[in-house]
Amino acid sequence: MSMHKRSRVIKRSLAVLLLCMLNAGIAAQGTLRLGQPVSEADLEDWDLIVMPDGTGLPEGAGNALLGRGVYEQQCASCHGLSGQGMAGVPALVGENNAAGEPLVRAVGNYWPSASTLFDYVRRAMPPTAPKSLSSQQVYQVVAYVLFLNDIISEEFELTHNNLSTIEMPNRDGFVDHSQVQ
Amino acid sequence: MSDKHRDDVYQNLDQVAGNGLLNRRHLLGLGLAGAASLAAQPLLAAEAPTIVTPSWSKVPGRDLSGYGYPSTFAQGLQRLTGAPNPLLPGGGASRSPLHLMQGSITPNGLHFERHHAGIPEVDPAQHRLVIHGLVRQPLSFSYEDLLAYPQQSRVYFLECSGNSGANTAAQASDGTAASLHGLVSAAQWTGVPLSTLLAEAGVEDGASWIAATGVDGASMGRSIPLHKALDDVFIALYQNGEPIRPEQGYPMRLFVPGWEGNVSVKWLSQIKLTSGPANFRDETSRYTDFLADGKALQFTYPMGVKSVITSPSGQMLLRRQGVHEVTGLAWSGSGAITRVEVSADSGRTWADALLAEERQALALTRFRLPWLWEGAPAVLQSRATDSAGNVQPTRSAVLAQYDAANRYHFNGIQSWSVSSQGAIANVYA
Repeated sequence: MSMHKRSRVIKRSLAVLLLCMLNAGIAAQGTLRLGQPVSEADLEDWDLIVMPDGTGLPEGAGNALLGRGVYEQQCASCHGLSGQGMAGVPALVGENNAAGEPLVRAVGNYWPSASTLFDYVRRAMPPTAPKSLSSQQVYQVVAYVLFLNDIISEEFELTHNNLSTIEMPNRDGFVDHSQVQ
Repeated sequence: MSDKHRDDVYQNLDQVAGNGLLNRRHLLGLGLAGAASLAAQPLLAAEAPTIVTPSWSKVPGRDLSGYGYPSTFAQGLQRLTGAPNPLLPGGGASRSPLHLMQGSITPNGLHFERHHAGIPEVDPAQHRLVIHGLVRQPLSFSYEDLLAYPQQSRVYFLECSGNSGANTAAQASDGTAASLHGLVSAAQWTGVPLSTLLAEAGVEDGASWIAATGVDGASMGRSIPLHKALDDVFIALYQNGEPIRPEQGYPMRLFVPGWEGNVSVKWLSQIKLTSGPANFRDETSRYTDFLADGKALQFTYPMGVKSVITSPSGQMLLRRQGVHEVTGLAWSGSGAITRVEVSADSGRTWADALLAEERQALALTRFRLPWLWEGAPAVLQSRATDSAGNVQPTRSAVLAQYDAANRYHFNGIQSWSVSSQGAIANVYA
């Protein structure tokens, strides 16, 4: 091999080596890129998160008149017919004393956003068969619980457009400590 | 023992605080010889020991086993489980038997549990972890994928924010170290830094939180600020060297060092990048701290500096007068434990305990101090200080910060009374 050829081979080898080192550098940082790309559209039915601004709500509507039946069938055996709860089961209807101080903290006098009620009922209730309610049933039963707490009327049509605008009585009752370390 | 000899021995002991607390140097093998002779003063007359060759020394022992288990004589070492509530299937908690353990690592079978909808039987082959929301490319990872990533191992404590909440009640309950404080455990956790996976998905501008959910029946979710998620949060795959137990989130859980246990979401399946908190039920209705003015603290994440004497502790009995070792655990969600003081006189005087050498940040630190008990009533307390300078507050100082109904984030000093009969009980002092 001539000197000229040899130096070309060495140059090419160096370039390959450099590429290898770059790749190794990437691997060393843990960027294996084994995650399979998915699209948000693929996740729409699976993602159950409802944000306080209503993001994530499925299309739909329901009112307390229709919600009463769902509630009495699915919820009342544990939470009580009027949402009073029972031993070991949370009340759904809050209760304050004459001075306005909370005796029982629940949806009406404690929960800051209506989205939480929809989010939780859809993902976790009823405990024996979570995620078994249809979106329409969740809207209906959420409307009924809000009605039990005197937040909306019995006829109010709760929808994906207006749920985030429901003014929860205790919406200003929390002090955000997320940045306090 | 003659009174003269006894007095000589006592003079050789270096008492450093009231009611018999001795200098921690006695634990380092310096001058405990005299103290040891004091140990032989049983409250009840003991029978003379019979020294014989035991029967098990005359036969071959049992065979090997594929997975080891405790001695049949040690099977009383159990988690403390409450009675199940039929209306809340799978809810509830079990507590680590702190008073029956030593060192500062919790065996996997004794790590405390807290479930909101039971323990799901997750098939790792079907399980996926999806990272999506405000990212450039949503990604789905299999369990196999995650096992291939570089992993890190660290010892961390995990504590439920409801731990020790029983001591906020008006009357002191007759509890043990386990029943009162057993919602804390520690393990060596191994897994993949979340920052690695977030970098691959590409965090978009505007993302400031993550929302994490699991695949238990409740699909429990919590929100965590992005700065923490990018700092030391990881996807835990191993616990003390073996795949994490089903009750700890098998095949994978989020692990958020130093923060209230509930945010370390088990059976983790979803991480969604968001521009704010999701206000999940377990960060609004639950795990929020009632203040006296009617408001409530939300997202109170780091666990406060805390310690508890695990021996002697509630419902134990001192069976002899003499030198006993006072020992316990200390931890903080804000750093390492730098100091633990012990008092035997209701907090009037304090002595520095000997700390185990590791003293890792966000882990459990074992402390010890010798104590000469001569049969007088006493109140034992411990007080921890962390590397951020936080000092464990008294019970009343903690209660003063909150509404009387608050049960979360209680880190007040634990008081154990010692009766003249040697009986130990939970008291408020």
